Amino acid sequence: MATDKVAPGGRRDPDGVDKKRRRMLTTGMGVVGAAGAAALAVPLISSMSPSARARAAGAPVEVDISKLAEGQRVIVEWRGKPVWVVKRTQTLLDGLQQVQGELRDVESDDSIQPEYAKNEFRSIKPEILVMVGICTHLGCSPSYRPEVAPADLGDSWKGGFFCPCHGSRFDISGRVYKGVPAPTNLDVPPHYYMSDTRILVGADEGQV
Amino acid sequence: MSKVNDVMAWIDERIPLTATWDKHVGKYYAPKNFNFWYYFGSLALLVLVIQIVTGIFLTMNYKPDGELAFKSVEYIMRDVNWGWLIRYMHSTGASMFFVVVYLHMMRGIMYGSYKKPRELLWIFGMLIYLVLMAEAFMGYLLPWGQMSFWGAQVIISLFGAIPWVGDAITLWLRGDYVVADATLNRFFALHVIAMPLVLIGLVFVHIIALHEVGSNNPDGVDIKKNKGADGIPVDGIPFHPYYTVKDLVGVAVFLIVFFAIVFFAPEMGGYFLEHANYVPADPLKTPEHIAPVWYFTPFYAILRAMPDKLFGVIAMFSAIAVLFFLPWIDRGPVRSIRYRSFQYKVILIAFVVAFVVLGYYGMQPVTPAGTWISRLCSLTYFGFFVALFFISKNENTKPVPERVKY
Repeated sequence: MATDKVAPGGRRDPDGVDKKRRRMLTTGMGVVGAAGAAALAVPLISSMSPSARARAAGAPVEVDISKLAEGQRVIVEWRGKPVWVVKRTQTLLDGLQQVQGELRDVESDDSIQPEYAKNEFRSIKPEILVMVGICTHLGCSPSYRPEVAPADLGDSWKGGFFCPCHGSRFDISGRVYKGVPAPTNLDVPPHYYMSDTRILVGADEGQV
Repeated sequence: MSKVNDVMAWIDERIPLTATWDKHVGKYYAPKNFNFWYYFGSLALLVLVIQIVTGIFLTMNYKPDGELAFKSVEYIMRDVNWGWLIRYMHSTGASMFFVVVYLHMMRGIMYGSYKKPRELLWIFGMLIYLVLMAEAFMGYLLPWGQMSFWGAQVIISLFGAIPWVGDAITLWLRGDYVVADATLNRFFALHVIAMPLVLIGLVFVHIIALHEVGSNNPDGVDIKKNKGADGIPVDGIPFHPYYTVKDLVGVAVFLIVFFAIVFFAPEMGGYFLEHANYVPADPLKTPEHIAPVWYFTPFYAILRAMPDKLFGVIAMFSAIAVLFFLPWIDRGPVRSIRYRSFQYKVILIAFVVAFVVLGYYGMQPVTPAGTWISRLCSLTYFGFFVALFFISKNENTKPVPERVKY
């Protein structure tokens, strides 16, 4: 009689073990078990993503710039990140043209900013800069270095931002220099002028 | 005496106690010519125990919370009975762990302990090193000081260099848009539960693998080739009592050094505990100069030496990854440096010097000269493996003796 059952030693035997059935059951168990483990991995992995509370905490921040002096910078916290508001002097703005040849992304094509800040000043008003103070390299917060040609940064320095962690350099519009580790310009957050002296960081006009 | 024998027999019928003791200690025959370099394996085990014990007591008073963490560490230091001692033992233990592990690895490289048949032994050891780095990195976030915070920010951002999925991975690792309470809390969980479990498992496998193939020795001679009539290697001596006693001398000397640091220089001038970490974490301001703790700085220097973000990250991870392949990069049959060529000694010295110099520049602020020296040393670091691959193929080695020497 034809049978799939085998006795120890491999001889076909109706009273032996059905290896095909055994293999099918083992494989089935394995597949179901693996699917169960994969299904369990979804909530575990997902639980490590930002929680609902963390996602909701990104409310816009209001900045009053009426008392901001020429060349002064204030730092506000938005979504846990430092956001700089700088009132640039004419000297600093003049320096922007002179450093263009040394920049990696002059037109900010590869960088993150709202459309209204995709210009040479990377801002709405030329003198007021609003910028996320996190280096695009590895997330340090660069130092504000508005002085021209300081000893440690060299004669060609026209004012800008210098990251102490890994030596990345940015001009006063946050545009990255060539030959430094940071790949792109500093980010500009969405923002708009609620009035001449008040800026809302974290939202575009008409959004809130 | 027969009562004791009866009890042992009763146990041995139920669990192989005597057999296990004999296999791993009492009748584990190790080469008789172990030297100074052979202390560091048992010392690494000692430090692991110190870290686990002090760690358990630290968790009794530490609070993994962005608001409370920094204060709870100060509380341990000032108000908890002997809290300062427990914490300084743990922080000194972290650095001393790397001291003994680096020396242990150096021993393995010098005497060719990674070569056949010890390839898996070496790989398990490298995995231990990798997990140890993750463990140390996560532990360093817990005091929630400035260096904790910005160090974690930089290291997590490394994963952002991965094309396409990098940003999603960093977000997932942090659990928030920046390093925050969620990050601190999960690092605590990984530091006190997940990583120690993996570490202990790997150490177990490392020792099982060692006892399967047997210990190498400073001559790189295979002692199992030369057995006496009783089947015991003629150059082997039982681990207990010979090496247990030898290792106890090492333990005594090590503990003198260890507690001298704990009592007199727990910060080690800013190398074991960085000064910036005595300032609470401030997400709005990076310290003027940030550097990882000394045991990461060689790799950090390689990262900084590269002018490109992705390339820098690749170079840094490659510097660790390449060590895994050492058993296959080194193609020569002679194990010990004692019988290897002049060229080999030269490149090994260059490798060690480059590693130390990288470690130094990884701690310094960025300067153009420092960057160029780091680049040169990075080249030397990787150059060692390339040179080794070619030199070891047809190396002009000295004859290896039949038996071990002293």
